[in-house]
Amino acid sequence: MLAFIVSAIRLGMTLLFGSTGETITEKSGHLNLGIPGIMCVGASCGCYAEYIYIDSVVSKGLEINSILAVLIPVLATLIGGAIMGVLFSFLTVTLHANQNVTGLAITTLGVGISDYMIDKTDLIYIRGAAYFKASLPFASKLGWFGEVFFSHGVLVYLAIIIAVVTSFILNRTRIGLHLRAVGENPATADAAGINVSLYRYVATSIGCGIAGLGGLSFIMDYLNGNWEYVIDDIGWLAIALVIFTVWKPNFAIIGSIIFGGLYIASSYITGVSFAGKELFKMLPYIVTIIVLIFTSMRSKKKNQPPQSLGLPYFREER
Amino acid sequence: MNNNLALECRNITKTFGRVYANKNCSLDVKKGEILAILGENGSGKTTLMNMVAGIYFPDSGKIFVNGQEVLIRSPKDAFEQKIGMIHQHFKLVDVFSAVENIALGVDDGNKYKLSNITKKVIEITQRYGFIIDPEKKIYDMSVSEKQTVEIIKVLYRGADILILDEPTAVLTPQETEKLFAVLRRMREDGKSIIIITHKMHEVLSISDRVAVLRKGEHVSTVNTAETNETELTEMMMGEKISLDITRSEPVNSVPRLEVKNITSFNEEGRKVLDDISFTAYSGEILGIAGIAGSGQRELLESIAGLHNLAEGEITYFDPITNNIENLRDKTPLQIRDLGVRLSFVPEDRLGMGLVGNMDIIDNMMLRSYTKGKSAFLERKEPKDLADKIIKDLNVATPGATTPVRQLSGGNVQKVLVGREIASSPSVLMAAYPVRGLDVNASYTIYNLLNEQKVSGVAVIFVGEDLDVLLELCDRILVINSGKITGIVDGRTAKKEEIGLLMVKSTETEGEEK
Repeated sequence: MLAFIVSAIRLGMTLLFGSTGETITEKSGHLNLGIPGIMCVGASCGCYAEYIYIDSVVSKGLEINSILAVLIPVLATLIGGAIMGVLFSFLTVTLHANQNVTGLAITTLGVGISDYMIDKTDLIYIRGAAYFKASLPFASKLGWFGEVFFSHGVLVYLAIIIAVVTSFILNRTRIGLHLRAVGENPATADAAGINVSLYRYVATSIGCGIAGLGGLSFIMDYLNGNWEYVIDDIGWLAIALVIFTVWKPNFAIIGSIIFGGLYIASSYITGVSFAGKELFKMLPYIVTIIVLIFTSMRSKKKNQPPQSLGLPYFREER
Repeated sequence: MNNNLALECRNITKTFGRVYANKNCSLDVKKGEILAILGENGSGKTTLMNMVAGIYFPDSGKIFVNGQEVLIRSPKDAFEQKIGMIHQHFKLVDVFSAVENIALGVDDGNKYKLSNITKKVIEITQRYGFIIDPEKKIYDMSVSEKQTVEIIKVLYRGADILILDEPTAVLTPQETEKLFAVLRRMREDGKSIIIITHKMHEVLSISDRVAVLRKGEHVSTVNTAETNETELTEMMMGEKISLDITRSEPVNSVPRLEVKNITSFNEEGRKVLDDISFTAYSGEILGIAGIAGSGQRELLESIAGLHNLAEGEITYFDPITNNIENLRDKTPLQIRDLGVRLSFVPEDRLGMGLVGNMDIIDNMMLRSYTKGKSAFLERKEPKDLADKIIKDLNVATPGATTPVRQLSGGNVQKVLVGREIASSPSVLMAAYPVRGLDVNASYTIYNLLNEQKVSGVAVIFVGEDLDVLLELCDRILVINSGKITGIVDGRTAKKEEIGLLMVKSTETEGEEK
């Protein structure tokens, strides 16, 4: 049971990166279905940076700095994800492309880029993962409490910090107010003197950078540096999580753990056939569908997606 | 330079394509006064004010604020000049509270804290006597509350010149009174207020001066105290222009459609049709005149079965079977099959009736696909029809397979009207069929309607241009705020007479409570 909870938290935090990133993006009115691809790109950039760093340091016979070994991949991931976000925004904001089509194209592109960049059999990533998994020294002394709360790598805590900060910015700052206005009603925001395109570009890029961290966290933290599973599965789950948590990053902290748990539940229940396991993996999506049904049935304006989500904005059309 | 002027527009010209929206318009507003801008639909009132508010940029002309010449390129520039406009369509974020909406886009350098903003908002509300709950979400608000938020928003940004575009169009008489009380208080506070309106009695009751615009030009500005309803209407309507539209005497007129006491409400529960009764005869063109949004659309849609009625009867006398049918129990499809046809040309033209991405043939089939005999679509008949319309109405198109959206506006309308006429209707309702058309294309449409009239169809024509209505229609029904204020003879009626009926106050007898 303990192993299950710890595992659920780890996978959950991977999802949390994705869903926080997507929430920021969606608050600007961009429905970015490219998240799975962006997570792949993020993970690939991070891992590739880690590979270069470790390789160069080891070849010179120097010591690996454990802080740099985490910081460099994280920065590379953020940059890689953000570049994908800029690409998405360029297509949808500047060139007025359809957001859904663009998003799906970005997913396909991202998966392809990651396949091209990463040699999945290379063991160097496992070496790098060790730095990500380093946990607080006293965790093992606190029994189950330490195991659940303190045994994780740095990315798990980063995910929570980002979610909390995002929630604060969205609801408590002027920037958040403006961003939400852009996603709800860009024409109104424009009339109020807010630069809609700029907000969409920046929010999407930041969101994609954060989502990219989800990919890195999945490989380096959850899979210990193994590229054995495809990341894009997790990407779709992250998008579903955004809906499940009704566009609230602070809800997502709990929601992501529930999703993580549901996704891996099959592995911890004995006597489930292989086909049955796949059925279990569907649970998060089924829950999402149920949430969608409920939110739309109650038609509470509070828990609805941003009103102009997925809609382009051209000033001339007002 | 007169220091007393808050805003001065000098020789402003603005064109959209080849059409003049404003031509050499000059206008001024003093500090601490309420100026009403009066004019017919399309007289350029809103366009002029949009230029002051930074939505459009004038082609030529100058704008002065407090005696200084200014360039206003965006709403932001307008705010810097302390000009705020309250648009007809509110620009509010639904899921935000009033305060959040008011704070939107304002960066006054202070730390963002909603409680401070709320305090400031309450100060404003108390100063001018607004009644609003600052924490309330917009989606829970009534139209009048939303308008209040819009006004506070402008005041919060420190506006000294407020422009209100038809603020009373959406308000009940009581709410209007409250708004006027607030406006008067603002005037006492030294603010300049420009109010755009159609409603004569409001002009007379609230304004200090009235500026009248006609066809994009500034006719005159007069002191409200020294003028009256008739004089203003004359200025607004102008001289009658002769158009030379042929009009034949109606022959064999028999009642075709009888509308009896219909009343209807819109989604917000406001009365849009109020006890309307009239009869449309075969072989005549019945014109409907009225300020935009007076209930024309709802009336036609009610007849076509697209709008729910609260009360009343619509009776149809079938010329073929001589049956008397009650249209209220029928579905839109059944009504259509009886021969009652509606061609409505909305502002965006393609919005109703035609599918832009489909070609002319397919658009013909939208009306006839249910009549096919086999399981597959019959393309021959609609193709013949499309070819016929293209030939008869001179539709400029590369061919019948061209998507409708690629045609110019006039040609789209010809296709739309042509299709409805092709079904040989017995009642043809055409709303704004010449909207946005040039002169020649308009005459093609008038001739089409006349042909229908001669062949014994009851034609109902909703138009914007009074000159056209007076030359084309046999009778003109004037609708004002959902009520019929008069039915006049198209041959003898005077333009001013219709103008007065269009704008005269109807609220005296209709007031509730």
